[in-house]
Amino acid sequence: MLVLTCHACGVTAEETEFHAGGEAHLKRFGPGSSDEDFEEYLFMRANPKGVHFERWRHANGCGKWFHVARDTMTLEVFGSYSAQAFAPPEELLSRIEDRRPGWRGQD
Amino acid sequence: MSEPVSALKNISDLNGIAAIREIGPLGMITLRGDLSDRAVQDAAKTAGGANAPDQRKINAEGDGGVAWMSPDELLILCRYDEVPLRMTNLQAGLSKGHALAANVSDARAVFEVSGPRAREVLAKLAPVDLTPGQFEPGMMRRTRLAQVPAAFWMTDAETFRIVCFRSVAQYVFDLLKIAAQPGSEVDFF
Ligand SMILES: [Zn+2]
Repeated sequence: MLVLTCHACGVTAEETEFHAGGEAHLKRFGPGSSDEDFEEYLFMRANPKGVHFERWRHANGCGKWFHVARDTMTLEVFGSYSAQAFAPPEELLSRIEDRRPGWRGQD
Repeated sequence: MSEPVSALKNISDLNGIAAIREIGPLGMITLRGDLSDRAVQDAAKTAGGANAPDQRKINAEGDGGVAWMSPDELLILCRYDEVPLRMTNLQAGLSKGHALAANVSDARAVFEVSGPRAREVLAKLAPVDLTPGQFEPGMMRRTRLAQVPAAFWMTDAETFRIVCFRSVAQYVFDLLKIAAQPGSEVDFF
């Protein structure tokens, strides 16, 4: 079971209070984009074994979206950060680097 | 004017390990806006009779108060018959900025769970740490009770107030009744 902290309201709870929203930081390709880009945007996901960045929603709480960094294999949660961020904060990335040296080369 | 009735006509169950009562109808106004805006804070204070609370807190006294619901949402509590006046005051106080006040009193049901084992009853239903010291009067928690969203706070050391959607009032009452059924003490707290 995952224990997550909502970045919007600060509540720490287990995952049933939240709703998973899939991979984070996808670039949207809409009308006018190529079929390849649109397919990529709609269907292709990283699905790594290890460090992963996801969107979550505090569905049974404050209702807000936020981001979570976690390990898909060990379920270790590295931290949460704002839904408005386009990329994980540096401070979080270095914490992950401490826990999983060299993880960036995984995918 | 029609007579307002609560969802379950103030049903109660006093036979279990905690007393369960449906109370209300209670006045509830959702206020959304920039909570750092003085106009929003002042309007909330006027309408709720208490200062806008800090994150995840509630300032309540009797049936009145203000609860923090999310980074851009407060819940104003008052007597049911005072809602029209409070709404008028809110609209006046918020006319210059971007904010929303909505009367949600009839969309909600309110329950009170009380007694020395009230914590146990809630802890069976919500994924919340209800250990004394972790959850205390003055705190507001939005969460779920089994399968439906709910919010609760404590009015004293042994009393919880729970709000849920009116459409699931019977479900929540049944949940509480089962969680409090005689002989179901856990003795955890
Ligand atoms: Zn939240």
